[in-house]
Amino acid sequence: MSREQLAVQQARKAFLTGGSKPLEYRIKQLKNLNRFITERATDITNALRKDLYKSENATQMFEIIGLEGEINLAVSNLTEWAAPRPVNKTLLTISDEVFIQPEPLGVVLIIGAWNYPIAVTLQPLVGAIAAGNAAVVKPSEVSSHTAKVMELLSLYLDPEMYQVVTGGVPETQELLKQRFDHIFYTGNSTVGKLVMEAAARHLTPVTLELGGKSPCYIDKNCDIRIACRRITWGKYINCGQTCIAPDYILCESSIQDKVINEIQKCIQEFYTKDPKTFADYGRIINQRHFKRIMALLEGSTVVIGGDSDESECYIAPTVLRDVASGSKVMQEEIFGPILPIITVNGLNEAIQFINEREKPLALYVFSSSSKVIKRMISETSSGALLANDCLVHFTISDLPFGGVGNSGTGRYHGKYSFDQLSHLRSCLIKKLNMEGVNQMRYPPHTTEKLRWARVFLLKQVNLARWRQIAQVAMLAALAAFVMKRFLR
Amino acid sequence: MSREQKAVERARKAFLTGRSKSLEYRITQLKNLLRFVRERQNEIAEGLKKDLRRSEFGTPLYETLGLESEINLAVRKLKDWAAPRPVSKSMMTISDQVYIQPEPLGVVLVIGAWNYPWAVTIGPLIGAIAAGNAAVIKPSEVSSHTSKVMEDLLPLYLDKELYPVVTGGVTETQELLKQRFDHIFYTGNGTVAKIIMEAAAKHLTPSTLELGGKSPCYIDNNCDLAVACRRIAWGKYSNCGQTCIAPDYILCDPSIQDRVIEEIKKNIKEFYTEDPKKCLDYGRIINERHFKRLMALMEGSSVAVGGENDESECYIAPTVLRDVKPDAKVMQEEIFGPLLPVLTVSGADEAIKFINQREKPLALYIFSSDNKLIKRMIAETSSGGVLANDCLMHFSESSLPFGGVGNSGMGRYHGKYGFDHLSHLRGCLIKQLKMEGVNKMRYPPHTADKLGWARFFILKHVDFGSVGRMALLALLAVFVAVILQRNYTD
Repeated sequence: MSREQLAVQQARKAFLTGGSKPLEYRIKQLKNLNRFITERATDITNALRKDLYKSENATQMFEIIGLEGEINLAVSNLTEWAAPRPVNKTLLTISDEVFIQPEPLGVVLIIGAWNYPIAVTLQPLVGAIAAGNAAVVKPSEVSSHTAKVMELLSLYLDPEMYQVVTGGVPETQELLKQRFDHIFYTGNSTVGKLVMEAAARHLTPVTLELGGKSPCYIDKNCDIRIACRRITWGKYINCGQTCIAPDYILCESSIQDKVINEIQKCIQEFYTKDPKTFADYGRIINQRHFKRIMALLEGSTVVIGGDSDESECYIAPTVLRDVASGSKVMQEEIFGPILPIITVNGLNEAIQFINEREKPLALYVFSSSSKVIKRMISETSSGALLANDCLVHFTISDLPFGGVGNSGTGRYHGKYSFDQLSHLRSCLIKKLNMEGVNQMRYPPHTTEKLRWARVFLLKQVNLARWRQIAQVAMLAALAAFVMKRFLR
Repeated sequence: MSREQKAVERARKAFLTGRSKSLEYRITQLKNLLRFVRERQNEIAEGLKKDLRRSEFGTPLYETLGLESEINLAVRKLKDWAAPRPVSKSMMTISDQVYIQPEPLGVVLVIGAWNYPWAVTIGPLIGAIAAGNAAVIKPSEVSSHTSKVMEDLLPLYLDKELYPVVTGGVTETQELLKQRFDHIFYTGNGTVAKIIMEAAAKHLTPSTLELGGKSPCYIDNNCDLAVACRRIAWGKYSNCGQTCIAPDYILCDPSIQDRVIEEIKKNIKEFYTEDPKKCLDYGRIINERHFKRLMALMEGSSVAVGGENDESECYIAPTVLRDVKPDAKVMQEEIFGPLLPVLTVSGADEAIKFINQREKPLALYIFSSDNKLIKRMIAETSSGGVLANDCLMHFSESSLPFGGVGNSGMGRYHGKYGFDHLSHLRGCLIKQLKMEGVNKMRYPPHTADKLGWARFFILKHVDFGSVGRMALLALLAVFVAVILQRNYTD
């Protein structure tokens, strides 16, 4: 039996003991996960520094805080999330118990990515644990040092219930042969298709958090200085290796120069005149991606940055101007610190440009005009839309985070993680009395029985509304009584 | 270009014109669908009679009333469902617009089944239309007469380009599955479902798979057996057992087996007369292949009730098998026919164990007067849905999501769930270009001080909902205090 097969078997055995069902257990594991990130902060920071040249504060800011927030949210809300959810009653169910019961799915496979390895591998795990599942965690081998640190999870979490399996392509393929109850994958669409195909063999549902080219439209009518500040931040964090980084800019040619100027100013302010020597500016993950990104520059005009150092996988914060839509840099998700600017003749052309392409994970629009923003929303589609800022929708746990079309399927964060990795089971508990009502459905079928069936199935009585009206009436009566008695 | 390719291309082109975006347009199409269902009852009934020997009453009762109800609900609620859904605010988003915007996905493929061809083909279509999608409808070729009715008549009521009907068999379905869709909604069996999901994977297309399985039916000693068996007999033999959520087999204590069989026999007689073959309300097996499959399942088991059959008519009598073994032929696959095996178990523990040794079913039925037992069974098993003390009825509850788990399927529909499932629920955050000072904490150079602020804003959770409620309560308390004070100083 392969190591992977063994891990999955152990996880399933642990799940079948029912150990992960009690909420106390899940909360304990979540708190242990919290301890892992606080007690092993140094290990995590060192690993991320080696993998992505991430500074200690950047690690805290962009990996740890968000994860902590998700854990805290799950711990404080778990009782509510896991409780039976009552549902609207109708005439037919007026004396029944009707509710949705969240249940664990079983064994969840989580395949992490390398760009924010802690965040995108462990945040789904929070959802998996909260929902009462067992999990097999497969961190990305590309962020190899962080993968090694994640092996320490077995010192904090139940090592049978939550297995960490490291390895590369062959190990992942071996994992994908096994049967899971859900597969949560973060990465690119090529591998996403392979994951879904493998899942199909077991009828396993999947969540695919993919990517794409997230457009960033800058309207003439906006505070360009602030807009560029936020865009610069969103683009060059983690050296552009962010699934929701603004991939490219669309703006009118009349403001292109101003945009370039402002971005240049911000790059300097954030990363000093020499980003290479600056601790808060990262590196490209490895040589393969370094070469890939450098090749994308071909045929475009560099207006800021462009310098690079292969030995360090360093690429300066770069901006390209007057980029043609057919250029190399526009053929794939950049996932690097290259920011192309494409000029368009206004909103119409921008919308057309965006719609000619695959639905992205994020769509950014910078404008002071609420009309422009609303038009952009209604005439395009994307995983999410953020107006007048970048990236921050990721931290709003009440917003579902996920893609559509090529950018992915499924969503998570906050309660969505819990729901996505649960089975929301419909429950209807009737009684064995009132059998008379059922006469209308039994053969022999007659016209009269059918007439009754029509009444019960089609008559819509909004019981919730009646309850509301009754409550208001009672309150009004009480108020009248009080006023009469006491306000003489 | 193949016929299938053309239909999909036209649907996509029609979708891209944007005409299915407006709610008025969707409501018009839904109302047209309603007119179709009402005006064409005769043609629908004729088709069902030829396909499944469905009685005249069976058409509205089991197919079209449910559709009417779903269409009415969608028409009434569409504005609510399609509106932006506001989301709780936090300190960081207090001055922003934060909401979820439902949007159409694009072109949905609906592959229907043959057992309730209208319910399971048009049911998903309602959700697809309501959500603003285009839809390619592929009815099951097995219920061929119904398929013809759909092909001939739907285009007279619905937008032909947005909602084309593509008929055909395996070859045509395979051709359709090569095309790119934004969602595939399939109702049928697990074998084909795997093929569909595999095809969907090539385009990263999400799918809803409404499958089946062996839905167990546990009868507790502690319950009104007469009523229980009545409901079970109805749930089992409707449509000749060809229902995805039919109670597949019974689990009960050996001490009540005889009584259970007696009661079911009584009800079979009451529903379908002494000679079900002649009863108009009793259906037929869909075709010879399934007839042979079902007859073979009886091998090795004892027939307690029924067993009669007639291949020339694809007729199998309402049948009950007793003392069935777990490894009997009839327990190896979903029956989907009028054979009801009774297996004896020594109580709820054994029943739960039995159920959990098998794939998660689409439905789990429990008959008991003991609410504790019911809750126990729910807690210790899993299934698409659970229904205690009745059969099938959860299907018509539009406030309950209908769908499977594990081998019984993925995704769900009915009511708002159909709308949501065939929509993209897009997260929207609209900020303003001011208050830039607050953002300082996130910009490089990253300092411990800035980090402190970031921690504060991201981790401090202020529930504005409860703060609002507390403020209201405080106001009420003040009001009451004022009144009381006035009264006591009078």
